[in-house]
Amino acid sequence: MTTTVTPSAGAAPVETFHGRGRDRWADRLFRGTATGAGLVVVAVVCLVGAFLVVRAVPALAQNHANFLTSRVFEVDGGTLRFGIADLLWTTLVSSVLALTIAVPLAVGVALFLTQYAPPRLAGPAAAVIDLLAAVPSIVYGLWAVKVLMPYVRDDVQDPLSRALGWIPLFSDVGISSGTVLLVSIVLAIMILPIITALSREVFARTPRAHREAALALGATRWETVRTTVLPFGRGGVVAASMLGLGRALGETVAVMIVLSTLAPGAAWSFSLLNGGETFASRIANNAAEFDSPEKTGAFIAAGLVLFVLTFVVNAIARLVVERQARRGTA
Amino acid sequence: MTNLRGKRLGATLATVGLVGVLAACGSSAGTASTSSNSTGDGSCPAGTLNAEGSSAQKNAIEEAIASFGESCLDADISYNPTGSGAGIKQFTAGQVDFAGSDSALNPDKGEVDAAQQRCGAPAWNLPMVAGPIAIAYNLPGVDSLVVTPQVAAQIFSGKVTTWDDPAIAEINPGVTLPSDKITVFFRSDESGTTENFTKYLQAAAPQTWTAEPAKKWTGTGEGREKSSGVADGVKQTAGSVTYVEWSYAKDNKLGVAKVDNGAGPVELTGRSAGEAVSVAKVAGEGNDLRLKLDYATKAPGTYPIVLVTYEIVCSKGLDAEKTALEKAFLSHFASTDVQKGLEEIGYAPLPADVTAKVETAIAAIS
Repeated sequence: MTTTVTPSAGAAPVETFHGRGRDRWADRLFRGTATGAGLVVVAVVCLVGAFLVVRAVPALAQNHANFLTSRVFEVDGGTLRFGIADLLWTTLVSSVLALTIAVPLAVGVALFLTQYAPPRLAGPAAAVIDLLAAVPSIVYGLWAVKVLMPYVRDDVQDPLSRALGWIPLFSDVGISSGTVLLVSIVLAIMILPIITALSREVFARTPRAHREAALALGATRWETVRTTVLPFGRGGVVAASMLGLGRALGETVAVMIVLSTLAPGAAWSFSLLNGGETFASRIANNAAEFDSPEKTGAFIAAGLVLFVLTFVVNAIARLVVERQARRGTA
Repeated sequence: MTNLRGKRLGATLATVGLVGVLAACGSSAGTASTSSNSTGDGSCPAGTLNAEGSSAQKNAIEEAIASFGESCLDADISYNPTGSGAGIKQFTAGQVDFAGSDSALNPDKGEVDAAQQRCGAPAWNLPMVAGPIAIAYNLPGVDSLVVTPQVAAQIFSGKVTTWDDPAIAEINPGVTLPSDKITVFFRSDESGTTENFTKYLQAAAPQTWTAEPAKKWTGTGEGREKSSGVADGVKQTAGSVTYVEWSYAKDNKLGVAKVDNGAGPVELTGRSAGEAVSVAKVAGEGNDLRLKLDYATKAPGTYPIVLVTYEIVCSKGLDAEKTALEKAFLSHFASTDVQKGLEEIGYAPLPADVTAKVETAIAAIS
């Protein structure tokens, strides 16, 4: 940096010195604030993690059930007995199903916007999809409960359980309408804009030369997309999906409103037509009545698992992006 | 990368702008109501009062705050309906001036001691709002349904699973019951409504309902969030039933079952629910008006499933200004006019004898 040669060789030395001094000062200031901002974010995440651990450990120490495999969650009264098996299952299944619904849709939308749509349409259409991300989750929840629920129940769930009820995944377990399936559909709509926006960006960055080469070889538009755009964007789509998955895992209000919780002692079921609670919705459902540190700790321990889960998902996303970046430069 | 960011930033800004425009279109001018300072009859102290707690009494206390504010313009009273547990916690921590709760302070949880410590004097439970809990159902073609505590306990514990079960048919002669499966909705959040309803089931049908009453549901069914959630669930699902505050059953036009505790079916009305409060015994000492409801009562014309919400106040300890305002507001709340008005929004007015005791207690706050 110090060896930079000033392009204007004729400039007066004093001026250069003066200018460079000011630059250095601004440079230092900028570096300081940028570093500070970075450190604050890292510190906040670490502090949240530390808070969760500190609060969770006393409750975990008093836990009389297996934290990871137990299905009970009894935190009132003297002895604590709580486990997260149900929560983990519902959280993962609803998020993964949401992803399975959202990713093909999002990729399709992104391909349409970048490869097929006329530019005049693509801009406004993209803005509308981004607008989906601006809708508060409680609005999605209310919409799902008041509008979507009867349709999904009568047109999807009931036929599904009648026709395919012999598969454990679709068996009718007596939950009328607030099922994992419905929640997944709502979550899919909520994460659609994130995945679409990121996929759109990577698809748009497909090197022009690749596409032109494919076209020159006589490829149709679909073949061009398949052989150049999709392989180029794969890493980006995976990373976008992971970001969407992170959002779905942590979604609280919509899940809380939509998903029917199970009565205590309800039988275990693999069915997507079952109710349940996710980590976030269980915590939110009970937050008003946290009356003892142990009870609070039990819920915070569940929150800690969600924290770790989200962390892992994001780490995977980062790995994928980095691998893609390396391949891109090579 | 920069390009990508720039574009995304642009898109975000565009989105924000659009939303802003939408919001600007949607928001109307604030409703500024200006009424002259009518003096009214009683005292009108100025000041602010913060309270927090039970969501079951939210509508009632908001009504009382609104009517109090009409005559006392300088009084600023706020109520935050965060739940009974949260209200008591904030009260004992000294964050709010009084708490609203679905159940009286519980000595076993140390709430009585904690409250005494906060006030420097005993805290009192003042019953203020009686809210009947309706057994609300959705059965197309069935306008009238009677349940006994036995049958209610069987339905809500999952021992009776279809509507045409002999147990239900026997107490509903002349009613054509469908053979539909019974879908029970319960409150997925911890709730005083659940606690009071299970207290009723346990007291009136002890052989059938064996679980301890608790804020968390112990029966069968599927859980929905808050009163609005269970009411919505019943509204949308034929063959379903739930327990919910009367106002929600009314608002959603759900069927409300008559309850037969042994003296014949009793329809839920403000009067029949008020009866349940007047047959209740005062369990607290002196001005602590903790009530013990007789859920199994066989008094004729008494609707037995009632939730009483209390205002939990310091008997002394607030500063003079707040004390004056608190006393003025609570007497307003307990007054006959306000109590009578509550029936329209789904509560039961406190009977006169209970009101008299509450007023004595309010007068004794210092």
